[in-house]
Amino acid sequence: MVATMLVVATLVFIVTNLIPGSPAALILGEDRTPEQVVELNRELGLDRPAAVRFLLWAGQLIRGDFGRSLFNDRSVAQVIYSRLEPTILLTLSSAVIAVLIGIPLGILAAVYQRTVLDLGAMAVALVGAAIPNFWLGLLLILAFALRFKMFPSAGYTSLSDDPGATWRYLVLPAITLGVSHAGVIARMSRANLLEVLQTDYVRTARSKGLRERVVVNKHAFRNALVPTLSVVGIALALMIGGSVITESVFAVPGVGRLLIESVLRRDFPMIQGVILLIAMLVALVNLLVDLTYALLDPRIRYG
Amino acid sequence: MARPKDIPVQGRAAGPKVSTKVRSVRLRAFRRWLDTPATVVGLTVLLLLLLAGLLAPFLTPYGPATIAIRERLLPPGSEHLLGTDHLGRDIATRMLFGARLSVAVGTLVVIFSSAVGIAMGLLGGYNRRFGDLMMRMIDGIMAFPGLVFALALIAALGSSFFNVVLALSFVYVPRIARVVHASVLSLRNEEYVVAAEALGGREARVLLRHILPNTLGPVVVQSTFIFAYAVIAEASLSFLGVGLPPGTASWGVILSEGRNYMLGAPWITLFPGIAIFVLVLGLNLLGDTLRDILDPKVS
Repeated sequence: MVATMLVVATLVFIVTNLIPGSPAALILGEDRTPEQVVELNRELGLDRPAAVRFLLWAGQLIRGDFGRSLFNDRSVAQVIYSRLEPTILLTLSSAVIAVLIGIPLGILAAVYQRTVLDLGAMAVALVGAAIPNFWLGLLLILAFALRFKMFPSAGYTSLSDDPGATWRYLVLPAITLGVSHAGVIARMSRANLLEVLQTDYVRTARSKGLRERVVVNKHAFRNALVPTLSVVGIALALMIGGSVITESVFAVPGVGRLLIESVLRRDFPMIQGVILLIAMLVALVNLLVDLTYALLDPRIRYG
Repeated sequence: MARPKDIPVQGRAAGPKVSTKVRSVRLRAFRRWLDTPATVVGLTVLLLLLLAGLLAPFLTPYGPATIAIRERLLPPGSEHLLGTDHLGRDIATRMLFGARLSVAVGTLVVIFSSAVGIAMGLLGGYNRRFGDLMMRMIDGIMAFPGLVFALALIAALGSSFFNVVLALSFVYVPRIARVVHASVLSLRNEEYVVAAEALGGREARVLLRHILPNTLGPVVVQSTFIFAYAVIAEASLSFLGVGLPPGTASWGVILSEGRNYMLGAPWITLFPGIAIFVLVLGLNLLGDTLRDILDPKVS
């Protein structure tokens, strides 16, 4: 986890720093004079060598200081913090949707392998994986927000303002983000369950006269869940990235939309901050997945 | 179905005939692959896309950027098959030219990421220390959502066609490097590789002549998926306003320009989305069947 963070942090710095085009020139716009650019560069500390800037930046990061926005001089950490709630709620609810659709679909397909049900479930999974995320979002807006005014088409209300309204804003984005990953989860849980169903202990369970239901639910499913979980972990990490698109489609003021806004403004400290935050969330998800492994599978022990 | 005489004979007695028998086995695997419905669908979609892209100017009387304000927001009809957008541009025409861009982005990203990825994978398999370091980096990058990485790169490079291709190539290099690295490591212990080394073949020669050709199967499989990802990613980036510049006839740009007219003119957003969906579905099907014949270990 620490290694991943280190790699990402270094890459983020390299990418955002060693490439031509000075932020100062971009901030000042078309009417700039060379003297203004030099002065602003000094003010922002951009006149120092890249290696020095990297060490300074890394030192600040360790102390929890993400720097200040080039756009409005607000603290990067504070701005990101204020945008965290919708992104976390959106990702979690999408994950719940993806798992609730994906795993039952995979189980059905595996239990009724090579039947119409299997074919149908896998067709749904393929379609889910191929639909462009933002397009699905637009279709949902068109159908459920514009035609039938069941849900708001865009925006967000914070939990602290009106918890009842928050979920109404989240339904469509969460479906958008969740459905695209349900397909992968369905395919993987099908493959994992099929593998487990061929093992000796499943045959033993069947031969001692257990009902098929008990065999699948108690013997096979739990063992298939462990490898499936790692797929869910990957999906969760991808969803954190996917929130960039979904939040833009539904105008949800979360971290993902902040990233797009900052890219369009070339607000590099903010971009660095958001990307590091996303890397941290991804690393956290992986850690949680590893810990859940041990809960599900008593054979796995850490330390 | 299995005719005994077609099974390749192992051992000394077979002599030089083995190679033709092996070829016939390969040919039959290829035929079986072609007979799979998913392959047919995938190949058809890919072929249609190539044709649409190549023949775009000949298939339509309109230009991709021809503005006709009087014909703005027309629904699909005989004049404009898929309708027009807010500037009266023909959607079908823009989509045909968009196919061109999608092919270009997909192909270039596949070429760049494969070239760099294969080189890195071979080097990593050749030099253990470099390989370990490389896999560390790759695990770090691959744990990270690719689209966000592409966004960061584009933020630094500026948005243009070439920079989008560059950023996406960078994002997908690790996927190729990883599969090549893995196959190099397993191939190094194969008897024919050990034999080639025992015969005194230099490491570079063994790597290029004996190992490289056998890593290409998984690379082809990955390339199919990377093509699909690249098409979706380009459309997504363009949709977000950080990919290809506004006004470009790219599927993502058409979609993003159409979203403001979604209620009155849903065809602008509907058709490019369907095109992306069908293309990605076809490529995924193709990748799945290719994986079954080229990379059987994974499936």
